[in-house]
Amino acid sequence: MTIATLTKPWQAFSYGFLDASAKRELRRKMLKAIAVPGCQMPYASREVPMARGWGTGGLQVTLTLLKPSSVVKVIDQGADDSVNAASIRSFLSKVSGAAETWDTLAATLIQSRHRIPEERLRADQVLVLQVPNPEPLRPVEPNMSVARQMHADADYGRLWLILYEQIVRSGRIMQGASYPALVNGRHVMTPSPIPRWDLPKLHMAQHLTFLSAGREKRLYAVPPFTRVEPLVFSDVPYKVEDHAALTCHRSGVAGYFMNEIPQDGGGSVFELSDSHLGIKAIRRRDGEDVALGATWYENGKMPR
Amino acid sequence: MTAALALRAPQLMTTPPLLTMTGVSRRYSDVVALDDVSAMVYPGEVLGIVGESGSGKSTLLRMMNLEDTPDAGDYRLALPGLPGNLFELDRFARRMLCATRIGIVYQNPHLGLLMKNSSSGNVAERLLIAGERSFAALRGRAREALNASEFPLERMDARPIELSGGMQQRVQLAKAIALEPALLLLDEPTTGLDVSVQALVLDTLKRLQRDRAITMVIVSHDLGVIRTMADRVMVMRRGRVVEQGLADQIFQDPQHDYTQQLVHAKL
Repeated sequence: MTIATLTKPWQAFSYGFLDASAKRELRRKMLKAIAVPGCQMPYASREVPMARGWGTGGLQVTLTLLKPSSVVKVIDQGADDSVNAASIRSFLSKVSGAAETWDTLAATLIQSRHRIPEERLRADQVLVLQVPNPEPLRPVEPNMSVARQMHADADYGRLWLILYEQIVRSGRIMQGASYPALVNGRHVMTPSPIPRWDLPKLHMAQHLTFLSAGREKRLYAVPPFTRVEPLVFSDVPYKVEDHAALTCHRSGVAGYFMNEIPQDGGGSVFELSDSHLGIKAIRRRDGEDVALGATWYENGKMPR
Repeated sequence: MTAALALRAPQLMTTPPLLTMTGVSRRYSDVVALDDVSAMVYPGEVLGIVGESGSGKSTLLRMMNLEDTPDAGDYRLALPGLPGNLFELDRFARRMLCATRIGIVYQNPHLGLLMKNSSSGNVAERLLIAGERSFAALRGRAREALNASEFPLERMDARPIELSGGMQQRVQLAKAIALEPALLLLDEPTTGLDVSVQALVLDTLKRLQRDRAITMVIVSHDLGVIRTMADRVMVMRRGRVVEQGLADQIFQDPQHDYTQQLVHAKL
């Protein structure tokens, strides 16, 4: 017996790009994050072939979850075809042998920036959100050590103060994205810069969500069937964006989150932010047999 | 001698003291800030603490607000649910106690106020810590507290940084009284204000004291302020209490050398 028979054949890189110890550490932290929903877990953020701030946190979690039978979808602001989304997706399949898809229904692993797909996620799917700033208390407490104490004490009063100031100044809550939410009645998290429209999708969802910030080296999770309640005043209800009445000018679909596209005349038209849902709707309109999944919002309303 | 003196209760008081501090000592490396200080404050009374700069009066007030722990000493408040030495409370209990039962007004408004928030927001913050989650109630109670501290309500949404010194002190005061605390601590509340504004702020404090019978501890190096406000006076020097007694008694018939100097210097 020689040492060569005992060792694995040489490979250019480990399976899934990250080395085994990095993945082991990430998995431990991910399990911890699931055990304490919404609580930020520090982890040793590794180098990946992408600049910090471009989704390295999400990428590391995705790389750790990959297996050859995975089907990955990468979303950038709702779109699958942006340079960033396309590059991350092809990188993921290259290092793991996983299949690529644009279709939410076909995906098992979805890495996303700024959006949650409009089609309902299932229990066998995992959503990974890229987070630029994981600390909801940062605007009120610049000292991170104190912020951690505030999390420990569930001292979140100051977050309502931000909302109070917004109502006093502007007459309504101005927080558009990263709307803070209480997870499982205990930890307040910032749900990454998803619009207010997407936040109710996390409440009691069937799928597992990971949120990971590579630059800030923190990850947290929303396990399946976990309460995610946006912070609100008891007499000022939570409101999503007024997009229910808007119609996509390309697919004709209405009742979903839209991108506004300014026009030359000064007006604007709207198109579905979830681009692949739009593509499927157009193909279906043109007579193809395409399955559209059940969506979280029905006729612009989130059924409770 | 000082210890015995400090613990002697006023003769006509029949109720037990609200605040009892015994044997509080604190050193900051070589500097003795407080040396075996004891104090009592009775419900509804105003205790004035005078002394020169560095005499330990502000340190004592910080201890009363649980911002700092002493090397030795015992601190009790006769409030329901607070048995034992308050210096031994954990961080969470201490913070809740400070937020809900003790109000403080600092000399420097930057210490007590969030300058980027609105004035009403500053008052609302206290209520939020106490768990109020209704916007209308927050607004109403902030307005009420600001009104009680005689703050012009048309400016209630201005940021404190845009306000005058006297107005900033009124916002601090409103914040301090918003939760109707059992104890109100005032650390040089009028120092740095011009004399007419000083008089107005003192007027407000006096009215509050009369209307709500709040127990107050007021620290000042200005004997005029103490004379106007305090029922009882404690004179501190070099971290020790050198004399204490009823305000009239201290001002008319000072016993200790230092108090005599202090009173005569003023006159």
